[in-house]
Amino acid sequence: MNDETVSPTRLSEVSPEVEHLLIRALVAELSVIAGGGRVVSYPLIPLFDGEKIYMTSSVLFSKKLEHIKANPKVAVSISDPSAVSGTELAGATIQGEAAVIDDDLHEGWMRLLPLWRQKEPSVDVFLKKRFAMPLFWERAIIEITPKRVFVWRRES
Amino acid sequence: MMLEAPSRSHAIDLEGYAKAIVTYIDDDDYPMSVPADFRSGDSEASVVLDPISRPPDMHPGRRVTVIFSHIKPVEDFGYVDRRYLTVEGRLEPKGDVFEVKAERISGWDESVVPFFEYCERSVGRGRAYLESLSRTEGKEIQPRLPLLWKMFLATRAPFLTATVIPVLLGAAVARWQGYSASWFTAVALIGASLVHIGLNMLNDYFDSVSGADQMNVTPTPYSGGSRVLQYGLVSEKAMLGWGAGLMVAGCVIGVVLSVFRGPALLAIGGIGVLLAFFYTAPPLRLAYRGLGDLAVATGFGPIVVAGSYYVVARKLSIEALYASIPVAILVMLILYVNQVPDRNADALAGKNTVAVRFSREAILRGYAIAAAAAFLSVVIGVAIGLMPTLALLSLLPAPLAIVVYRGMRDNYDSPYGLMPAMSKNIALHGLVGTALTMAYFASAYFSG
Repeated sequence: MNDETVSPTRLSEVSPEVEHLLIRALVAELSVIAGGGRVVSYPLIPLFDGEKIYMTSSVLFSKKLEHIKANPKVAVSISDPSAVSGTELAGATIQGEAAVIDDDLHEGWMRLLPLWRQKEPSVDVFLKKRFAMPLFWERAIIEITPKRVFVWRRES
Repeated sequence: MMLEAPSRSHAIDLEGYAKAIVTYIDDDDYPMSVPADFRSGDSEASVVLDPISRPPDMHPGRRVTVIFSHIKPVEDFGYVDRRYLTVEGRLEPKGDVFEVKAERISGWDESVVPFFEYCERSVGRGRAYLESLSRTEGKEIQPRLPLLWKMFLATRAPFLTATVIPVLLGAAVARWQGYSASWFTAVALIGASLVHIGLNMLNDYFDSVSGADQMNVTPTPYSGGSRVLQYGLVSEKAMLGWGAGLMVAGCVIGVVLSVFRGPALLAIGGIGVLLAFFYTAPPLRLAYRGLGDLAVATGFGPIVVAGSYYVVARKLSIEALYASIPVAILVMLILYVNQVPDRNADALAGKNTVAVRFSREAILRGYAIAAAAAFLSVVIGVAIGLMPTLALLSLLPAPLAIVVYRGMRDNYDSPYGLMPAMSKNIALHGLVGTALTMAYFASAYFSG
């Protein structure tokens, strides 16, 4: 049993900390609502442009896209050690509304490449070989507008 | 973030995970995620969770999904060692912590299911999404690749070495025997290549119709077909049309050549085209009966070499047929090895290739014997005067056969691990065929 405490805090008060986590995290967990009251979680790379959170999803792993289209309420959890190490935070959860942008699966997501590259420089190497797995590179953008943020703070 | 785990069997394997995220649907109907300390549960397939916070609506009985995810960051690269595990169930009180008995477990570990296989297993979902989107948008949405890439993939152009080498070898043997190669050789090369490309495309079509390629979730650049049909890059109708059209175009060239060079070419080419067409086409479906290796050896060995020789010399010769033996064996071994990673899917589709029919040990033994026979045929050919002495140079790549054998032996059950062996096996055919061809041309040059 741990004796750590946390304090949920509103977005306006914690933006710099959350922004720090979003920029540093290599992986975040996106949770979406499936039918029948199920919630499904997926590890994805969080990309942040200062206002919205973006993730991309290949059509190969498109179940999440269908869930979001049916119910746009999502949560993004960030507790990646790459992000929280060196801070007093255990993580953060951002609840928001997600939109699936899939009008140009082939190239539309490429506008996020500069953000993606910062976290996974090898993406360019793999992208050059997109002919080897063309469906993997047909990707939708998941655009998340934050509504509420909870910061999970460890107390020493 | 790992609580001490009790000693027990059949626990959910949480080793290596540093964090758990518990998510439920909160009272505002949003997913709510909370980090938690964790350990494997005391009962089978359960986890014990100690959330770092307990919001008021996180109460026993809540349906939750717990995700454990892991990556290993690599500077200037990104990350490796990806895996995750999700456990779905309900929060049950267990002292001052929670237990979740798994009602559903899912996840992925790239050390168990390699990334490419993971993607291949999901191709059906990807295609379904595109089809659904097409219906919604009212227009057909397909994965895109530049036309040249599509052609490159669909034709499997790199395998054309299997045609180029025997065509040049036939011409080289003719030159060695004093005949002058002419532009007819170039035309023959084009015709044979068209038939070969047509064969590749028809092969893909019939393997798609039979389900063999769909069932294959571990294709490699050397096996499992071109995948253009499975990925929706080309339609089956187009593949069939282009494959048949290219084959017909190759036949037309053969007929024209036969007018200029002699009618026997029709018989030689006819056998080759029939072997190519019925390699996977019904009713013969030679590859599905374990006769694919023999068909490939015959087609890309004596048939092409004899045809090419005939185009130059306007007759057949025992020397040309003999020269085809090593390349026939080695081209057969390309297929022989490339069938190994496909064997499970082939078996499901009723494609009873040699790799499906025989044990690992028999396949390895068969490779060693066949490769040795290929090189032995060169030694004997030189000894009895059917080959020039310089043909012995084609023995130089022989050690590569040992490398291929070892690669097969060590990676027999690993499709991706087999890739270096498959690559070297193709190189072996290319090197030996090129050396043989050069030997005949050089011998012709030095003999006057």
